[in-house]
Amino acid sequence: MSPRTTPWNLDDLHTTAAPLDGRVPAGPIESIWDQHRFHMKLINPANRRKFTIIIVGSGLAGASAAASLGEMGYNVHNFCYQDSPRRAHSVAAQGGINAAKNYRNDGDSIYRLFYDTVKGGDYRSREGNVYRLAQVSNAIIDQCVAQGVPFAREYGGLLDNRSFGGAQVSRTFYARGQTGQQLLLGAYQALARQIHAGSVQMHTRSELLDVVIADGRARGIVTRDMRTGEIQTWAADAVVLATGGYSNAFYLSTNAKGCNVTAAWRAYKRGAYFANPCFTQIHPTCIPPAGEHQSKLTLMSESLRNDGRIWVPRQAGDSRKPHEIPEAERYYYLEEKYPSFGNLVPRDVASRNAKMVVDAGHGVGELRNGVYLDFADAIRRLGEDVIRDRYGNLFDMYESITGENAYKAPMRIYPALHYTMGGLWVDYNLMSNIDGLFVIGEANFSDHGANRLGASALMQGLADGYFVLPYTLGNYLAQAGKSSVDSSHPAFAEVSSEVQDKITRLLAIKGRRTVDEFHRDLGKILWEYCGMGRTAAGLQKALTLIPQLRAEFWEDVRVPGSAADLNQSLEKAGRVADFFEMGELLCLDALHRSESCGGHFREESQTPDGEALRDDAHFSFVSAWQHTGDDALPMLHKEPLEFKYVKLSQRSYK
Amino acid sequence: MKLKLRIWRQANADTQGRFQDYNLDHVSADSSFLEMLDLLNEQLIQAGEEPVAFDHDCREGICGMCGVVINGLAHGPARGLTACQLHMRHYKEGDTITIEPWRAAAFPLIKDLVVDRSAFDRIIQAGGYVSVSTGSAPDANAIPIPKKNADLAMDAAACIGCGACVAACPNGSAMLFTAAKVSHLGQLPQGQVERHNRVAAMVRQMDAEGFGGCTNHGECSAVCPKLIPLDVIGQMNRDLIRAVLSR
Repeated sequence: MSPRTTPWNLDDLHTTAAPLDGRVPAGPIESIWDQHRFHMKLINPANRRKFTIIIVGSGLAGASAAASLGEMGYNVHNFCYQDSPRRAHSVAAQGGINAAKNYRNDGDSIYRLFYDTVKGGDYRSREGNVYRLAQVSNAIIDQCVAQGVPFAREYGGLLDNRSFGGAQVSRTFYARGQTGQQLLLGAYQALARQIHAGSVQMHTRSELLDVVIADGRARGIVTRDMRTGEIQTWAADAVVLATGGYSNAFYLSTNAKGCNVTAAWRAYKRGAYFANPCFTQIHPTCIPPAGEHQSKLTLMSESLRNDGRIWVPRQAGDSRKPHEIPEAERYYYLEEKYPSFGNLVPRDVASRNAKMVVDAGHGVGELRNGVYLDFADAIRRLGEDVIRDRYGNLFDMYESITGENAYKAPMRIYPALHYTMGGLWVDYNLMSNIDGLFVIGEANFSDHGANRLGASALMQGLADGYFVLPYTLGNYLAQAGKSSVDSSHPAFAEVSSEVQDKITRLLAIKGRRTVDEFHRDLGKILWEYCGMGRTAAGLQKALTLIPQLRAEFWEDVRVPGSAADLNQSLEKAGRVADFFEMGELLCLDALHRSESCGGHFREESQTPDGEALRDDAHFSFVSAWQHTGDDALPMLHKEPLEFKYVKLSQRSYK
Repeated sequence: MKLKLRIWRQANADTQGRFQDYNLDHVSADSSFLEMLDLLNEQLIQAGEEPVAFDHDCREGICGMCGVVINGLAHGPARGLTACQLHMRHYKEGDTITIEPWRAAAFPLIKDLVVDRSAFDRIIQAGGYVSVSTGSAPDANAIPIPKKNADLAMDAAACIGCGACVAACPNGSAMLFTAAKVSHLGQLPQGQVERHNRVAAMVRQMDAEGFGGCTNHGECSAVCPKLIPLDVIGQMNRDLIRAVLSR
């Protein structure tokens, strides 16, 4: 089969008539989760070990789910591509985790966290899911403290909080600048306990290469042992994907190098719907690229925006050093445009404004590709020691990367791809449209709508893994029963032979260009046409360029080495092949959604002030795409979004 | 800049390894050490050779996946940095850089610069946790913890499990890694109930994995990218004695 080089014919787009049902139970929002749990079918503790559950990924969602299900007595298999589950990319989250504890007595509540999250997501998430997320947020903090997560504390010994990413209450718990690491280690240790107890079998350096579905139910997975190259099949009664997001489609992102879309994409190609792929988050405070050698981008926690002031020279093209530019000639563009939120506007607003000033020639640094984040005022007000205490590790990190001392000169920052709100479609129970295939954490689309608020990713990953999936998965298994299929079913042989064929094919091309070269080129297309500002013409161009480049990839890529060995080029090639397909769907979704909302900014749809302008009359729905064949346009299913509690409004941070 | 690289190449644990020399040009001072290796690998692939296998993932110093010995120092010359955070501005035109894998009996080699550190996971599995199942936790503020203890716990908990401590130790000891976890949980009220069993079980596992003993060289803490202090080893030893005496 030769890959398609021509763009899809968009006139063929077919939308199914029947609305997709998110299966949120009816009732008052405060009680639906309790009621739902009450109505769930249970599995007797003694019978749980008869059920085998596969969990792919060991980040916050995967590790917490594996540990919790192991504790409950299920027979769990957990897979990760790293050499240890402790390395999953959740480890890199810096800022914090939200919860509605109201320990500050500043008016926070479950309802307010729910409301803020729906609003922050620009009204493109499901109310029922978000309410549940806010509800379980408090139990997450309790659980983590009990595990020994060393959250920051006050002198009285109680937990400290800070305000984060546009929130007007202090609801963020943190562990220095390493909150993700500490939460992950908490989950990892809980997982380690279950591995020791024998309830979880851990498979490290194992990469999922495909999902096996037979008779409408997820039956297992096919993996590659990254040390030996062995292709293995695993059957289970349910499969859980906790495989993270797809920011690395853009090549340069804040994700770890190994993060990939393969699990979600293979599931999509086998029938799972992919929802809202165009909802990508670009984080405003990352270190700008230093040149072509750049392999990834590093995020500086946005907590820095609490004390740092963002500015550029008022005069475009001004090449003076920052300290030579007098106050009057500095353009504090966020403070001027958004007096009430200032530097703390949500991520999408901060990112877009940085792009605007850089595009208009105000960029700073040698490559003129950044804006300043300046701590001089805060240091004057609070002293260098206080700033060091709050952000010392971030300043150190900045210095080790750039060679610049941010206590003396302002940091340079620029937005970068950071998180993807889109993902596999799931219902209220976190199950995809495929029976027995569950998706949790960043890999699903469920809770963040079109934009994720700061400190909400850790909350969602752990909510799904500790407090939602353990219930909903049990409920599913209690009703569906054990899978009647083991790995001797022909579907397993069929899928593993397809996996083998793909590997053989990649190794046989022996072309002229490396995988990284292709990946970088794909990333440039996506960043240019499907990044912070998107237009119909640009997206159409991307939809023409991607199939061409993809065809070149399949003709001209060079993957050295063998299949029966540790082969990092081969690993990358498989992931990039999937990014090539996924990137096209990303652009299609962005083109189809001609409104702006949250992180998806269509330049055609903006307010006179340049803010994202939603089109609720036409786009108040989740776009769930169904694969219909390699050459055919995917089919669109729409899940209507209804807002009974949150009042839709144009977001304004003036 | 132009560099001479001497890199350990070894196809797998069963074959003999050796140093291979490479000349690399056009290395940007702004690139990271791993980006320098990327550049070499791109050129090797273009030349029809196999790239150098090395572990890495987050490239921001927190996942602990990367780690190589650079000119004899685990993670290279910069204090408190992982290899991925080390930038090439530390080097100058014409430098020779020798790159080797972690070498320790308990870290068998997989390929080139990649080693198997799963022994670390097994040490944690032996007891490096608080046994609290999901759902059974009291309110997070029910037990106040003095800020000082919380801070000390955090200092120890910052360990990323990279294995540099083992690679740097003349005995190939995992004391700093093990003690960091013992100290983290030992500082907190939540960790008290299992404190003695934990330390005994973790040390037993550490010995079973073939790590060497501690003879107070201090190399481990000197190369630790997270600057885990040597004190944690003293704390662990005290806990271990108490654990033995309390049996």
